[in-house]
Amino acid sequence: MTLDVRAEHLLRDLAPQVLGIVCRRFGDFAASEDAVQEALIAAAVAWPRDGVPDSPRAWLLQVAQRRMTDHVRSEIARRNREGALAAETDFVVEPSNRDESEFGQGIDHDDSLLLLFMCCHPALTPASAIALTLRAVGGLTTAEIANAFLVPEATMAQRISRAKQTIRNSGVSFEMPGERGRAERLDSVLHVLYLIFNEGYASSIGPDLQRSDLANEAIRLTRAVHGLLPKDNEVAGLLALMLLTDARRPARTGADGELIPLAQQDRTTWDRQLIAEGVALISATLSRGSVGPYQLQAAIAAVHDEAARHEDTDWPQILALYSLLMRMTDNPMVALSHAIATAMVEGPRAGLDLVAALDKDERLADHYRLDAVRAHLHEMAGNHEAAVAHYLAAAGRTSSIPERDYLSAQAARLESSPTEG
Amino acid sequence: MKYMLMMNTPRGGDYQVMSWPKKDLDAHIAFMIGFAQKLGAAGELVGAEGLASPSEAKLVRAGASGNPVTDGVFPETKEFLAGYWIVQVDSAERAYEIAAEASAAPGAGGAPLNMSIEVREVMSGPPKDPE
Repeated sequence: MTLDVRAEHLLRDLAPQVLGIVCRRFGDFAASEDAVQEALIAAAVAWPRDGVPDSPRAWLLQVAQRRMTDHVRSEIARRNREGALAAETDFVVEPSNRDESEFGQGIDHDDSLLLLFMCCHPALTPASAIALTLRAVGGLTTAEIANAFLVPEATMAQRISRAKQTIRNSGVSFEMPGERGRAERLDSVLHVLYLIFNEGYASSIGPDLQRSDLANEAIRLTRAVHGLLPKDNEVAGLLALMLLTDARRPARTGADGELIPLAQQDRTTWDRQLIAEGVALISATLSRGSVGPYQLQAAIAAVHDEAARHEDTDWPQILALYSLLMRMTDNPMVALSHAIATAMVEGPRAGLDLVAALDKDERLADHYRLDAVRAHLHEMAGNHEAAVAHYLAAAGRTSSIPERDYLSAQAARLESSPTEG
Repeated sequence: MKYMLMMNTPRGGDYQVMSWPKKDLDAHIAFMIGFAQKLGAAGELVGAEGLASPSEAKLVRAGASGNPVTDGVFPETKEFLAGYWIVQVDSAERAYEIAAEASAAPGAGGAPLNMSIEVREVMSGPPKDPE
């Protein structure tokens, strides 16, 4: 028997709450995280058999604390065996007979945020931060995360354990950083959530369909952060961006998993409810002022989503938003999108001129997107020969199979059609 | 990013493990085991296999009715794949570092082999929406 969807969501929502409590009580993040993971796995076995307990959080807490107590005991025994000072323990063993009522509704909401700050610690590589966040805060099992990233479970387990080691070595304590540190750490958290979303959304095609779970997971976690920090405009912006992008998921792949570009998507299949929620959220946020990059990207997504047909797209508005975004970030991918928007407003030549200026950017050197955009703009200009050459160059450089297939198909399509202009 | 690191060895080249003294062979095997363990502990190893001797290799083609037609060993083949690793790393540079470490595996006499390792990216990147 397996958990039904509701129980699974409950489990994932409770995971960071329980971890927060165990961390507070025992102070050892790495061991606490292992203990909670074991409790989650125990629940996945016991709940389908015995039913979801009356107080699921207390159940998880009790199992996790029992594991922690065992861990602390064996740790003390090990130290004694190794002749370490018996009195020296950096954690306090407390009897675990406190019950849920003591915590009542008074779960410290900062704890979930604090856990995110730990998991998205700047000392970690993005891959490690993503894995640890999904496990410690997302409540996913190691096997689920490994499956999502198509690596063996042992590899993922090692990556998570290394990440925790890095955090331990960095000496960061389970405490809320100060005002300035907090803003910086929140930036890392949002970046990690954004990467999780992209990994899921971008891969949610063909045989990798199940990876779309990652996009859902990123949305769930970002919703939680938005719930904790409702007044933060960039958190709201990121959530809106995810909703507005995810709304197009049903239309972006064809029957055989092939990519369908925005211009050719069947817009009637877009998720209206997600669009309405995303538009409402970004509109409310933008009216509050202090605009940031996630809000601008959400605003751009909203303009696309609000066009009933591709030819109805308000390109001048998109161009204006990209121009603003360019002033905030020197990301060359933003500059490429800006070039496309320019082409849509002022014509392909203007776009190609902007792309030419990006040739010198080392971060884009040999990047397939540069060729893909150039191919697209040459096609717009009616220069099919150059378009074919750039589509093929892009196809040779991408590391994504659906992308390669899409780009090769574009080249083949143009080669079999007569040249215009 | 995932990379495949392929150990291509020239026929009749340095990589004639069967003819090495036992001590050197043991050192080579110990290196390879330790190398895989280290990559595993770093959370970077996706998979690794060593392949059986090329003298056992067959080339297979579909025959008239789709039945396999095998063809025997090809002595003129200049290089053969001895084994491979698939690693997941954050950058191409890291994949090159790992390849260099494998390249320096000890050979006959304990000296580094410095064999060439072919590094190829696995098509595992996520596609972006074409706009």
